[in-house]
Amino acid sequence: MSFLTYLINGLSLGSIYAIIALGYTMVYGIAKMLNFAHGDFIMVGCYIIFSVSAALSGNSVVGIIVAIVLCTLLGVTTEFVAYRPLRGAASPLAVLITAIGVSYLLENIALLIYGADIKSFSSVIKWEGVSFAGGQLKIQGVTIVTILVSVVILIALQLFINKTKQGQAMLAASEDKGAAALMGINVNRTIALTFAIGSALAAVAGALLCSAYPSLSPYTGAMPGIKAFVAAVLGGIGSIPGAMIGGLVLGIVEILSKTYISSQLSDAIVFGILVVVLLVKPTGILGKVVQEKV
Amino acid sequence: MKKFNKVVSAVMTSALALTMLAGCGSGAASGSDTFKIGAIGPLTGAAAAYGNAVVNGAQIAVDEINEAGGINGVKIEYKGEDDELNAEKSVNAYNTLKDWGMQILVGSTTSACSIAVSENTKADNMFQLTPSGSAEDCVKYDNVFRVCFSDPNQGIASAQYISDHNLATKVGIIYDSSDVYSSGIYQKFAQESEGKNYEIVSAEAYTQDNNTDFSVQLQKAKDAGADLVFLPIYYSDAALILTQANTMGYAPTFFGVDGMDGILTVENFDTSLAEGLMLLTPFAADATDDLTVNFVKKYNEKYGETPNQFAADAYDAVYIIKAAIEKSGVTPDMSVSDIGSKLSEAMTQIEASGLTSSKMTWEASGEPNKEPKAVVIKGGVYVSAE
Repeated sequence: MSFLTYLINGLSLGSIYAIIALGYTMVYGIAKMLNFAHGDFIMVGCYIIFSVSAALSGNSVVGIIVAIVLCTLLGVTTEFVAYRPLRGAASPLAVLITAIGVSYLLENIALLIYGADIKSFSSVIKWEGVSFAGGQLKIQGVTIVTILVSVVILIALQLFINKTKQGQAMLAASEDKGAAALMGINVNRTIALTFAIGSALAAVAGALLCSAYPSLSPYTGAMPGIKAFVAAVLGGIGSIPGAMIGGLVLGIVEILSKTYISSQLSDAIVFGILVVVLLVKPTGILGKVVQEKV
Repeated sequence: MKKFNKVVSAVMTSALALTMLAGCGSGAASGSDTFKIGAIGPLTGAAAAYGNAVVNGAQIAVDEINEAGGINGVKIEYKGEDDELNAEKSVNAYNTLKDWGMQILVGSTTSACSIAVSENTKADNMFQLTPSGSAEDCVKYDNVFRVCFSDPNQGIASAQYISDHNLATKVGIIYDSSDVYSSGIYQKFAQESEGKNYEIVSAEAYTQDNNTDFSVQLQKAKDAGADLVFLPIYYSDAALILTQANTMGYAPTFFGVDGMDGILTVENFDTSLAEGLMLLTPFAADATDDLTVNFVKKYNEKYGETPNQFAADAYDAVYIIKAAIEKSGVTPDMSVSDIGSKLSEAMTQIEASGLTSSKMTWEASGEPNKEPKAVVIKGGVYVSAE
């Protein structure tokens, strides 16, 4: 019975990683850049929900909507100000370093506004959850909601990319920006849309992350962001179902290794698995091998 | 213009000469008829609450002793200096106090500052008693002693307290293996627990890179049947642990150490979750013994607030110095170094009682032996656990 409890905890953690990883992989798949500030968009989303909820005496629904809108704006603005001017830069490292810079900028702004003290975050999901087997197995409401939300997002993204014109434009831009532009696709607008979706997902992930683990500090997003990046790479970066699978695998491995091997070594095991997967299958679980045409 | 420069330099030179003379003067003034005790702590900045408590707490003890006729008939002169929680400024504060003629130091308040100052007191062989510097290195020199428990010794004290008060039969531990404070306390706790009337059924670690999900650590403690969970960690992680324990419906007694102090101040934290939480602390302001009641009343009258453990440690520090002076028979006309040697020797022979414990004794290493005390959170405030 306790194995099931651990498994469910792992699923819960994994589905949060999955939602974050979806944002990473969207941006990477289409814009071909790693947005290392993604984890900090999550933190910004959490603080917005925290502040709005406090101002509206606990109305977290409005908080989440405001957070999604503001995070979307933040993502688009960051892309426009910091990433777009560097897209044509000689080295792809330029935009990577800029993303790390944006990450530190956001953390320090949060530090300035809210201070380093942690804040306790009130869960946005009031549902207690369900218990089985006379209360021995308890699944928390936030766990169920997180898993459902991640599945809904996964399906919605798949439909959007494969069935809509904008989605097709994204696919085209990811294949070849130059050719897409020649076919009349506005590449800049397409990439801006990608950032908008990715950042909105960050706000949703933030709401779920802080509901499950209700402690908020300027560094809240940093470590989950890195783990989700690992999840995205594990699943095959650029692949949307891959991010989902990578996130779930990572969450379950983390919790089970904490349980049955060592609570201190769990991170080492998680990152060790990443190394092994990359050695055996360098493109990740669902990654495609792209033939370089010479 | 040149003439003006000459005048200025002449003035400067004579001022310098005067200062040097004055310096000699204060050096000779160790032949004064009072004990000059100095205190150092952060009076401004982030940790101002600690420093002010130390300086004020010591002041109350000094006033009491002087009113009662001094130590062996000798009055105390007392002065507090600010170090802004900065090790360099703490050394500056020490030098300022030395210029004033300080013979004995109560300080510094915080560990890093205390360690920095101890390099200088060592060189001068000045007697140093830190009320609250808890890092192990604070007392690495022979002339330095402390009033509070060292960080790791809180582990020993916690084990004794849990055992003496029969708080548990099965104990779970959650500690931060990436933090020297937390893992140090954990190790001493585990050592001391051997042969006690409880057993450690789970000891789970986490790191600062992995401090969001405590479900595994809590579940293991729960599955092992722990009725007390020892948390030698800081309150920010503890707040999260209490919240997660509540959602999973696990309600053992939680027991923390001084890092737990502050849990009631976490913004938006549901303080009802901390109900029944116990923490090891040397001082509870609501205790009903005469000494505490009297101290809290005086402190309130003079400074308009309730004293914390730092104030109590400093108050005790002054009385401990008094006991050591009486034991060793030092007089204010002796040199700083002689006073230092004699007091250090006397420290291992005295037995002092105060706010933070009765019957405190000291090892030559500078560590105190004292009775651990704990408080419990009831109705959102700390009350004495006795």
